[in-house]
Amino acid sequence: MAKYLVLIYGNEQRWDSRSPEEQQRINDGHQAFNNNNGGAVLFGAELGATSTATSLRAGASPGHPTITDGPFLETKEVLGGYYLLEAPDLDAAIAMSKQLPEVETDHSGVEVRPLQEMN
Amino acid sequence: MQDVAAAVDLAHREEWAKVVAATVRVTRDLDLAQECAQDAYAQALRSWPSAGIPLRPGAWLTTVARNRARDLLARESAFRRAMPLLVMDDEPGPEVDLARPTVGDERLQLIFICAHPALSGEARVALTLRLVCGLTTAEVARAFLVQETTMAARITRAKKKIALARIPYRVPNRQDLPERVGAVLEIVHLIFTTGHAAPTGEHLIRRDLVDRAVELGRLLHELLPAEPDPASLLAMMLITDARSSTRTSADGRLVLLSHQDRGRWDAALINEGVGLLTWALAAGPASRFALEAAIAAVHAESPSIEDTDWAEIVGLYDLLRDCWPNPVVDLNRAVAVGLRDGPAPGLGELEPLLSEPALATYGYLSAARADFLRRLGRWSEAAAAYREALALTDNEVERVLLQDRLDEVDRQL
Repeated sequence: MAKYLVLIYGNEQRWDSRSPEEQQRINDGHQAFNNNNGGAVLFGAELGATSTATSLRAGASPGHPTITDGPFLETKEVLGGYYLLEAPDLDAAIAMSKQLPEVETDHSGVEVRPLQEMN
Repeated sequence: MQDVAAAVDLAHREEWAKVVAATVRVTRDLDLAQECAQDAYAQALRSWPSAGIPLRPGAWLTTVARNRARDLLARESAFRRAMPLLVMDDEPGPEVDLARPTVGDERLQLIFICAHPALSGEARVALTLRLVCGLTTAEVARAFLVQETTMAARITRAKKKIALARIPYRVPNRQDLPERVGAVLEIVHLIFTTGHAAPTGEHLIRRDLVDRAVELGRLLHELLPAEPDPASLLAMMLITDARSSTRTSADGRLVLLSHQDRGRWDAALINEGVGLLTWALAAGPASRFALEAAIAAVHAESPSIEDTDWAEIVGLYDLLRDCWPNPVVDLNRAVAVGLRDGPAPGLGELEPLLSEPALATYGYLSAARADFLRRLGRWSEAAAAYREALALTDNEVERVLLQDRLDEVDRQL
């Protein structure tokens, strides 16, 4: 078994302007995803808006990083949430990721990244 | 010695994929399997001269490669291993049965891993040619018109992704099969075209690659009998291959379509291909492969080059261009326009392709242009184009024809 981090990306404006029905459909989708994949979903969360993010980069002297408001990278598509999955192989991880509601909408999608094995 | 070299060469062409696929079962590592297969072929060259050529070279090579793999694995300490093991289903894991050839399915797993959609398109074909067909990295690079170092890096990156992202060594499940087969068909197509006009070597046709592609095509058609695409691809390959024996003369010279002995085209292959194509066209919309098969069928059923319906062929290339835009299709279409309307319009169609970066080192463009210029009596331009085509081909048979044409043009100057 291996662990995969599924990163959910999308257009934040489009996410913010979702109708209550759309929001409900997405929530139901995630509920179904969790129900269908039970034990394979180790962890998952929706992230707060990028406007609530704080970034740290190396500063002028050690121990004093520069702290800035906002996400690390300014991009149109932002990271909105993630799941940590356990799967036997990439095909299984892809099969699970296909069920995520964000894969169905045109402004969003997911990235499947294997975790580096530590041994 | 000559016999041994020929036998090893034959075994490389016919058995390579089986040897690698069977060795992957032991190594669970593509690189190591490839290395062990290479070692087995090297050992064959050393030991067959004294021990004799084995009755079943493929089984001999597989046994040697697998034993070599076991030796290496036994010596290798766990933490020295650079990459995680390949993910594969546990199988009863039969030892090589010397009385029975390895089944086709093992190669299918190798093909599906090479053609996995999580790999880039370029990497998929490269891996297939390297691992399934046993081409060297240099040969693969030439087939794709890229630098060898670029190709080597591409192959290494793909193998790393397979191991680290855990792309499984497995035939996909029923549900994913059609999509995954589409990816495989692309690759089989490329192997076929590479074999049909070999980028390098002393023979025009690399029979091994053509046969491998046709064999893979048959296997995929057998696996998905209700899908039109595998049938169409197989049809295209059969109809095109039916002309193979007439494409070179007895002394190994290139014979162009206009001069081929159509009576010697393989009627059985053409019939089989046309039958498959007819079925595929009735079963679904015309795909890229069906259009290519249809173009081949028009040629196969024409009594001569003059009696060929070039308008029909140009029309089919137009459709092909719509569903599969590609500069090589544009080039073939331009040649067909030249045959329909004459060399000047043909040349006109080629002009815009001269600035196409993908064709910058593509010898067939220079050769097609040279032929139109020659037919127009523009001798010095034709000579320059033939020289360019000569510089761009590494195929000996093509070189001879181009040199003949160049000499002919030079005499006019």
